[in-house]
Amino acid sequence: MIEIIFDSIPSFWPEITIALTFVISMIVEFIVGRKGKASTGMTTGFVVLLGLVVTIFQLPFQDLEPRLLFGTMVAVDPFSAFFKYLILATGIIIVVFSMQSRELREQETVGEFYCFIAAMTFGMLLMTGASNLLMVYLAIELVSLSSYILAGFSKKQKRSGEAALKYVLFGGASSAVMLYGISLLYGLTGALDFSSIQAALAGGVAVHSVHSFPILILASLMILVGFGYKISAVPFHFWTPDVYEGAPITVTAYLAVASKAAGFAVMIRFFYVTFFDSFVDLGHWVSLPHIDWVMMIAILSVLTMTLGNLVAIWQDNLKRLLAYSSIAHAGYILMGVVAMSDLGLTAVMLYFLIYFFMNLGAFYVVMAIADRIGSEHIDDYRGLAKRAPLIAAGLSVFLVSLTGLPPLAGFIGKWMLFSAVIEANLIWLAIIGVVNSAISLYYYARVFRNMYLREPMDGDDSPIRFSPLVIVITILFIIPNLIFGIYFGPLVTYAQNSIELFLR
Amino acid sequence: MLEIGLTHYLIVSALLFCLGFLALTIRRNAVLMLMGIELMLNSANINLIAFSRYQGLMLDGHVLALFVIILAAAEAAVALAIVLHIYRTHNTVEADRISSLKE
Repeated sequence: MIEIIFDSIPSFWPEITIALTFVISMIVEFIVGRKGKASTGMTTGFVVLLGLVVTIFQLPFQDLEPRLLFGTMVAVDPFSAFFKYLILATGIIIVVFSMQSRELREQETVGEFYCFIAAMTFGMLLMTGASNLLMVYLAIELVSLSSYILAGFSKKQKRSGEAALKYVLFGGASSAVMLYGISLLYGLTGALDFSSIQAALAGGVAVHSVHSFPILILASLMILVGFGYKISAVPFHFWTPDVYEGAPITVTAYLAVASKAAGFAVMIRFFYVTFFDSFVDLGHWVSLPHIDWVMMIAILSVLTMTLGNLVAIWQDNLKRLLAYSSIAHAGYILMGVVAMSDLGLTAVMLYFLIYFFMNLGAFYVVMAIADRIGSEHIDDYRGLAKRAPLIAAGLSVFLVSLTGLPPLAGFIGKWMLFSAVIEANLIWLAIIGVVNSAISLYYYARVFRNMYLREPMDGDDSPIRFSPLVIVITILFIIPNLIFGIYFGPLVTYAQNSIELFLR
Repeated sequence: MLEIGLTHYLIVSALLFCLGFLALTIRRNAVLMLMGIELMLNSANINLIAFSRYQGLMLDGHVLALFVIILAAAEAAVALAIVLHIYRTHNTVEADRISSLKE
């Protein structure tokens, strides 16, 4: 037993490092935070930044031969490594963003903010590799608990506390439902690790009995509730708009990109390993008989993207608009899961890479503007093209990319998703996806119209000045959106090389 | 004499789960809603222990139940801190009256 643990530790260094970062940053915050009352939290911020950078630089040295660590708890494979890169890169960028955010600097104890970013990142790294329901539950709870605290971090803003309360109630409820589902599945199959559950189900446990088959369906649906809440799929999305609007904007960006990616990683691993007959026939996954997962997730995907896009039309707050847009994007990404093929998985991962650039860019620009003009309301964006041409151009690029119009990067992501779905003979789903992209153009266009075609409110067209750092970061995010729309070969290759999952 | 078996435990846990869910949906007081969540978590615990005991399984179920107890305590700590903060800013813990964020 002890040998298993010692053998596993070398492959577990990234997670250990980030856990240590959390502990050390807590101690640093305790020492630094007490002296000066007007602490900006920068010291703790830099400690966490250093920890994240050290962690991400350990990843290339990992042996990615698919295998399990600590018995059956955590899997190491190219699939989890891909999501770890994505999550850590997002974490680094979020820490950098947070250091500039005025909303956070107004807090008294901003140092603790970075500690919880580290804790949340640790949880998400575990989620990408979790291959035992115990680990899945623990990792999801670790991420949830840290994000409850982060969502309510702006203590001076009433809406932040409200966001945290709604988040804790919805999050607690859905994780309790998921846990009940886990307990039922444990009772049916007698195991908690994915491969044993798959073996039991493939061996006919619970599938052929009239009594236990409905329970199996119920258990799987309850577990789906937990994942649906993490990726904010309709109908488990109710918390998303409120939390995204109320939370500090850097937390919103982190939830929208990294937390969603981790949710997809754990969901894909669970469904592909547990419910599929793991037999890969020319890159296609064959589902265990009796449960029509394809149809079920396809319906979830259609609901998610349609509702996200339709409700976004009515939003006047940019943060809330981006929240609904991120719900819609979860719907698009679910199309790649539905395809149940290697091409589908590649499309999901490619989409996440591109989503990373376009969504973080959009959130950053909204944050920079809110820091200057103190508002996220769409009416305050009137005449922005005259007042801050470069920032307005940046926001336009990100929004066009989110719409998925060529020649920007978002188009490539959508194109891959649609082709994966068409290859899986679900043409109706692809059509709904295209219609949805058209709808989404409408509400993004409202932002363009306000920025470019309308006169500023109160006739105030004085230029808004941004610090050089803001401009540099905006340009750094614009470039990949432009380049990857044309030169996307390396991204596709990287995604293709990362789809290998540990099976058994 | 009636032998207490797996089925009885499962019925109790299903009832407990439904009661918790009812509390969550009907009650508007944030603290009572949190208590509903606790009931749901504990119903799952009963399931885990009962399955583990009566189906002669390994200790997985017991271990998961232990972890759930710990996590429930952690979650309660965070949630109650948030409720306390809400009470300071809003002077109420009724979920319906805390609604500045609306469509």
